[in-house]
Amino acid sequence: MTEELAELVARHPLFAGLPTDVASLVAGCAHNAAFGAGELLLAEGEPAEALYLLRRGRVALEIRKPGSGQLVVETLRPGEVVGLSWLFPPHRWKTDARAMEPVGVVSVDAACLLAKAEADPAFGFALMKRLLPVLLSRLQATRVRLLDLYGDGAHR
Amino acid sequence: MARTAERPAKAGTSLVPLAYRVAWRRRETADVVTIALEAVGESLAPFRAGQFHMLTAFGVGEVAISVSGTPGAPGPVEHTIRDVGAVSHALSRLPVGGVVGARGPFGTSWDVTGLADEDVVVIAGGIGLAPLRGAVHQLSGRRGPGRLTVLVGARTPDQLVFADDVRRWRELGADVRLTVDAATPDWGGEVGLVTSLLASASFDPARTVGLLCGPEVMMRFAAADLADLGVDPSRIRISLERNMQCGAGICGHCQLGPLLLCRDGPVVTYGGAVAALMGQVER
Amino acid sequence: MNETSAMLLDSGGLDRLIGVLGARGFRTIGPVVADGAIGPGPIRHVVDLPQGWHDEQAPGSYRLHRDDDPRLFAWAVGPRSWKGELFPPRSVVWRSSGEGDSLEIVPVVDEAPPVAVIGARPCELAALSILDRVLGTSTHPDPVYRARREAAFVAVVECSTPASTCFCTSMGTGPAVGDDRAGDEGVDLVLTELAGDERHHFLVRAASPLGGEVLAELGGEPAPGWAWSARDRLLAAAEGAIGRALDTDGLAPLLARNLDHPRWDEVAERCLSCGNCTLACPTCFCSSVEDVSDLTGTVERHRRWDSCFDLGYSYVHGGPVRTSVSSRYRQWATHKLSTWFDQFSTAGCVGCGRCITWCPVGIDLTEEAAAIRASDGAGARAYARAGAAGGDQP
Repeated sequence: MTEELAELVARHPLFAGLPTDVASLVAGCAHNAAFGAGELLLAEGEPAEALYLLRRGRVALEIRKPGSGQLVVETLRPGEVVGLSWLFPPHRWKTDARAMEPVGVVSVDAACLLAKAEADPAFGFALMKRLLPVLLSRLQATRVRLLDLYGDGAHR
Repeated sequence: MARTAERPAKAGTSLVPLAYRVAWRRRETADVVTIALEAVGESLAPFRAGQFHMLTAFGVGEVAISVSGTPGAPGPVEHTIRDVGAVSHALSRLPVGGVVGARGPFGTSWDVTGLADEDVVVIAGGIGLAPLRGAVHQLSGRRGPGRLTVLVGARTPDQLVFADDVRRWRELGADVRLTVDAATPDWGGEVGLVTSLLASASFDPARTVGLLCGPEVMMRFAAADLADLGVDPSRIRISLERNMQCGAGICGHCQLGPLLLCRDGPVVTYGGAVAALMGQVER
Repeated sequence: MNETSAMLLDSGGLDRLIGVLGARGFRTIGPVVADGAIGPGPIRHVVDLPQGWHDEQAPGSYRLHRDDDPRLFAWAVGPRSWKGELFPPRSVVWRSSGEGDSLEIVPVVDEAPPVAVIGARPCELAALSILDRVLGTSTHPDPVYRARREAAFVAVVECSTPASTCFCTSMGTGPAVGDDRAGDEGVDLVLTELAGDERHHFLVRAASPLGGEVLAELGGEPAPGWAWSARDRLLAAAEGAIGRALDTDGLAPLLARNLDHPRWDEVAERCLSCGNCTLACPTCFCSSVEDVSDLTGTVERHRRWDSCFDLGYSYVHGGPVRTSVSSRYRQWATHKLSTWFDQFSTAGCVGCGRCITWCPVGIDLTEEAAAIRASDGAGARAYARAGAAGGDQP
């Protein structure tokens, strides 16, 4: 079981190319999980306790807005990562994440992963080097979307 | 005496439009329509995908409009127009049977013939899909091992154009993905920047050609992302826009640094000088 | 220069030249004094030419004065170049009438009689050569310019009296017509005005077959040796009198790599964005169109000169690309001295100095270029660019 998980972890783009022992360390904290369409993977304000490696199905990040229900602010596809708020205090989710269709993930226990990172700074740094680019590219995408590029009179 | 007479041309030909009639029209979004034009008399020369025509709304003025039809396809020539100014407003309100003036075709093209083996990644923003439409039609019908990925971004779901074409391209095997900046409750598709779709797209950067059209900032970041993924910048083609007026490189308005975009563009290679030009601050 | 086809004319001979060209159907135009400046105007006799007039030019300043100098061409250049005769400031491109399927679009053909330019300067001849490239050799050449230029007769008078704003020697366009201009190079006659010791002559050389034909009709004596040496002395003195210079060594890449130089913002504090420089410039070719309709349903497309200093010039739907004066001055200057090479394989400047004289605040293109050269790479992004360009900058 753990070997299979290690393989799944190693195949996920977040950890692709890392030494197998790193993938095994992650897999030691992981289990498979599935969500039905419409189910929440995580909910705003709740304790952030897991990293989800998205394997199958798409996930919508939502913010609840009075009058608009759940506003989808970003969608994530297989190969991407769901949930990063577990990394730092206060360890609470900032948005909802809802399965748009049947979703399969490798769910990695955050406390377990953080403990291994604390104990093994080399592993921790390798982990950080994989996670920070995800944050950076999402930040940059958000910046560009702030420009409202396709808005009226802005087509250039 | 001028000594430039080696190219006798019918005086005024390129600066004088031919009469074209609106054969049919189709509303694409709240402010975008497609009008299909047929010659009243004499026809313009055939266009290549990515080129543009100068369309005149009589009594209002003239504006550059990319051809959104497919080269060589029979019947009227499609032009997709966003209602953003006086001339485009007049053009987009023309009824069937209305007459416009047309000059061209002008400029460079996507040049997709001969791309049978290459993977092609098309990235379009908003109405930027219109100048790409003919090229995507051509690419979706090609026979060869090359894969076709079409990534389209828009502000909102109701600003996405060419839904029928998207269906057809998918049927022909293209991987077409649509994403919006701002979702509406009925939108079940992707939400996010168009370039974030790149991560999960299937293409081999080493044999990929990129075709980009949309807001300039979007193209700048999308081209940089493609290059970062390993696509050769000289194989990334982008369609740039400035104030095209004459179409002949003699009125000066469409300059972008060394480029006269009506002549040297609109489709240019991203690699080399253009990448730097796009990063140049104009204010 | 083909010395065998050179003649020496007196001012009566010049009068005959005007007459012969008129008889051949040319509209003869030459420099005349009007509105306090020397500029193109109709001439029918030598007396129409600005005898004894001189111009004093400085940045932002132009003054005429007259004395008993017998010479007709003892001045430099006026505000209006010959560009306007061949590329009119306003023209009608086409006219349409009717509507629906009976709509008719008719090109408006320029029917102006051929023009004979008498008294263009060597720098202005160079400007016409540039316009020939820009407007005449495009895939779709400008029909009005091309027709007028092909039909035109051009007689150049070499420059004896450069202004303080002139820098033709830097651009290789004057004060003489270069010897490589012999033959079919856009000029028909080259004149040098020689005056002194009670004598007043024109050394005239044919530079085209038509020029030779016309010259043969004028009579006069074959040019004697003293006339050639007098010409050499005159032009050497004129060359020595040119005090302004533009260092063209590597100028195009220099400006291309200094697009974010702080000097652009500094000059923009003075620049009024009035566009005078572009109107006075003999090579500025930008034009714009507007459609004019009347109540009968007739529509005309009018073309008029445009200027890159106009805010609307760079309009793309959503607004202009270059809203700041800094961006617009930079566009103009870098086009003239840098990107023109990329577009047309030549500089866009001939060193006539008009943009300096006619700038209301006296901005000097040569001074701006020198300032950027003096602090090459002062822009905020110079370090990054130097790295990208292979580190050829400090």
